[in-house]
Amino acid sequence: MIKVEQLSKHFGKVKAVDNISFEVQEHENMILLGTSGCGKTTTLKMINRLIEPTSGNVFINNQDIFEQSPEILRRGIGYVLQNNGLFPHYTVAENIAVVPQLLKWDKKRIDTRTHELLEKLHLSKDYLNAYPGELSGGQQQRIGLARALVADPAVLLMDEPFGALDNVTRSSIHKEFKALDELKRKTIIMVTHDVQEAFELGDHICLMDKGKIVQDGTPSELLFKPENDFVKDFLKEQGLQLEFKTITIKSLWHLLSNEEIAGTGPGLLLNYNTDLWTVFERFKVVNAIPARLNMMNLENKEMKTVSFETLMSAFYQFQQQQQGA
Amino acid sequence: MNEQQQSLWEFMQQQSDKLLEQTIQHIGLTFISLFIAVLIGLPLGILISRKLKLSGPVLGIAGILQTIPSIALLGFMIPLLGIGAKPAITALLLYALLPIIRNTYTGITGVDAAVKEAAVAMGMSKWQVLFKVELPLAMPVIFAGIRTATVITVGVATLASFIAAGGLGEFIFGGISLNNTNMILAGAIPAALLAILFDFLLARLQKLNLKKLKTATAILPLLLILFSSFYFLPSAYGSKLKAGFTPEFMGRHDGNLGLQSKYGLKINTVVISDAVMYKAAYEKQLDVISGYSTDGRLKAYGLVVLNDDKGIFPPYYAAPIIKENSLKKFAGLEKILNLLANKINDSVMTALNYKTDYLHQSPEKVAKAFLVAQHLWKPAQNGNGEVVKIGSKIFGEQYILANMYSMLIKGYSNYGVATKTGLGGTKICFDALTNDGIDFYPEYTGTGLLAILQPSLKTVDSLTGNKDATYDYVQQQFQAKYGIKWLKPIGFNNAYALMMRKKQAKDLNIKTISDLKRYLESR
Repeated sequence: MIKVEQLSKHFGKVKAVDNISFEVQEHENMILLGTSGCGKTTTLKMINRLIEPTSGNVFINNQDIFEQSPEILRRGIGYVLQNNGLFPHYTVAENIAVVPQLLKWDKKRIDTRTHELLEKLHLSKDYLNAYPGELSGGQQQRIGLARALVADPAVLLMDEPFGALDNVTRSSIHKEFKALDELKRKTIIMVTHDVQEAFELGDHICLMDKGKIVQDGTPSELLFKPENDFVKDFLKEQGLQLEFKTITIKSLWHLLSNEEIAGTGPGLLLNYNTDLWTVFERFKVVNAIPARLNMMNLENKEMKTVSFETLMSAFYQFQQQQQGA
Repeated sequence: MNEQQQSLWEFMQQQSDKLLEQTIQHIGLTFISLFIAVLIGLPLGILISRKLKLSGPVLGIAGILQTIPSIALLGFMIPLLGIGAKPAITALLLYALLPIIRNTYTGITGVDAAVKEAAVAMGMSKWQVLFKVELPLAMPVIFAGIRTATVITVGVATLASFIAAGGLGEFIFGGISLNNTNMILAGAIPAALLAILFDFLLARLQKLNLKKLKTATAILPLLLILFSSFYFLPSAYGSKLKAGFTPEFMGRHDGNLGLQSKYGLKINTVVISDAVMYKAAYEKQLDVISGYSTDGRLKAYGLVVLNDDKGIFPPYYAAPIIKENSLKKFAGLEKILNLLANKINDSVMTALNYKTDYLHQSPEKVAKAFLVAQHLWKPAQNGNGEVVKIGSKIFGEQYILANMYSMLIKGYSNYGVATKTGLGGTKICFDALTNDGIDFYPEYTGTGLLAILQPSLKTVDSLTGNKDATYDYVQQQFQAKYGIKWLKPIGFNNAYALMMRKKQAKDLNIKTISDLKRYLESR
């Protein structure tokens, strides 16, 4: 879907982005991860030509983006900024309608689409005539997202979209973000410096440093098969938590034994794509001792009832296997 | 105080036609200039916000324009654009440029970078970003610039009357010259009110919230155009020749009023400053001007004085006037000042004026050369006695006289000297004298009579034309009323005179003011 080839950007003698290549598949959520100054934002902005590269190629749907006019290219790419970049002199409705108006949609179509999006993003219609300054940070960020999604672009670029939000707001937006069906149909490139966010939202992650990609892989590849010490160190601090968030029941299925006890009944049933972190959250609300949860393999509809202790020993076995491999 | 206000009110009522005309001219002049300044300044401001390298030079040049004294700028304009509306508007718009350019630049560069980036990333073109995002968001700052420019322009527009472009300056400067407080206030109060009013209106416009801003942005150009249309060139009577008279001359019985009542002269007249009048006549912008008979520029610009065959211009013999207190304080000063008595006749004064005005010699040099030639000059004693403060009006002749007196005092006494030259008019000089700002200055008998004493018309008529009677009258009256003494006359008579270019006067066979009238009335 998006193909980046040997892309470089030099500012004077500084190589902000140094000859990088990667691919993003359709409907994939790709994360550019790294510390500030690593070149991730520059890379992102070259994809909608906010920054013109020094050399290299970018293809979207096999089309060379440098052969299109930048305005037309950008109208087909959603863009979400860290500080939302909403126009302070436009109402919420006008802000959302910016791209449709550039695309010359008629008023009715814009209205219908705006209402549809507000509903999906859990925003009240009362806000439509408000100005961005009158909204909270989280609401502004949702409007920013609505603005990027309104014309239903196939590609969405997000520059630290949740970076300016407090932790509570951020985690609630993360949940919505994952649940939003609009986004499942998009090919997304997201820039972040937040490792947890990257692991939570990314299908695959490019970890960048000094303008180069250090490792390009799935979250579990980064975690369990780090390319070098840089990757290991980068993830170390939040290691265990990341693993819990990365590993699903599915990966441990073969290590889990069924501990069903007659008479406990079906109770809560978990989908086997659930990550361990979420499973732990569920254990907290189970009152029975020892606590057990029901899990289901979606492929063969096999059910297992597992206690916390069993789950943890399966996790450690899995870890050893991964590191041994 | 009450009486004063009432008489001001009476004056304004009496002159309401003129006041209204001047106010409308003033508003029109302000807004035409402002409108053009916005047309130039806004795009320039936008340009330098795009090409930051240009911002230094452009803002620098606009800043330098701002520092040129207004009168000098108006003076530069005459050879290029003549007199009247064109140079006035040009000068005014040059003054209005800086705040408009600077605020446009500051406003646009101050727009939040994230908002600009968002606009570009949404797929807006450069022009769309400018018109939909940058300009609307910069508008409050741009409005503030236009507001500053408006207030500056309302103020500077008073000077437009110097070059025959009309406006409230006609009353203000006429009033200063004529020592007529009501006339000054009749010009100054409306001018101040206009500045306050426009500032207030624009402030309201500026503080409108974002939603109404769109309407406001549309209203502003409309307002500018509407007010601009107020201005029309001072209307022509359709006479063959064009006259330029100083504001002072316009309001005096021995000036334009006398020309109208005694001669019945009807000529297309504009009001213009003495500083640029002669040059405008030379440049054929004007045909008849109200000059001074000893002015050096008469010689320099090839002008000729028309004979005052009905004797409406009273004698203007120059003599130093000094407070009696000062004469007591500075013993021997009277004798020193009288050294010049009867030493300078009309032609000598014209020649001296010619040296400063046309040959551009310094007044100091001219003064010294004259004193040396007259064997009056003595080297300065550099005494450390008390300081005598000499005043002078703001034209060449007075500068020369002030310098002569300064050298004489230094040479013949041990008093120190301080000169306060360039006091802008009779009223300012005379007020300075009565308030001890200066000790003496050279004044003219006619001015003393008509501008300061302002006796009844009957008295004026009885004195007109008689040099000695006028001198005796002012001498006696000044002593009685102000305790100010007229010393001996210097000798020359710097009377008002109508003048024309020599060649034109000869071609049209005009030698007297009556000839001029006859020519104007012929078909």
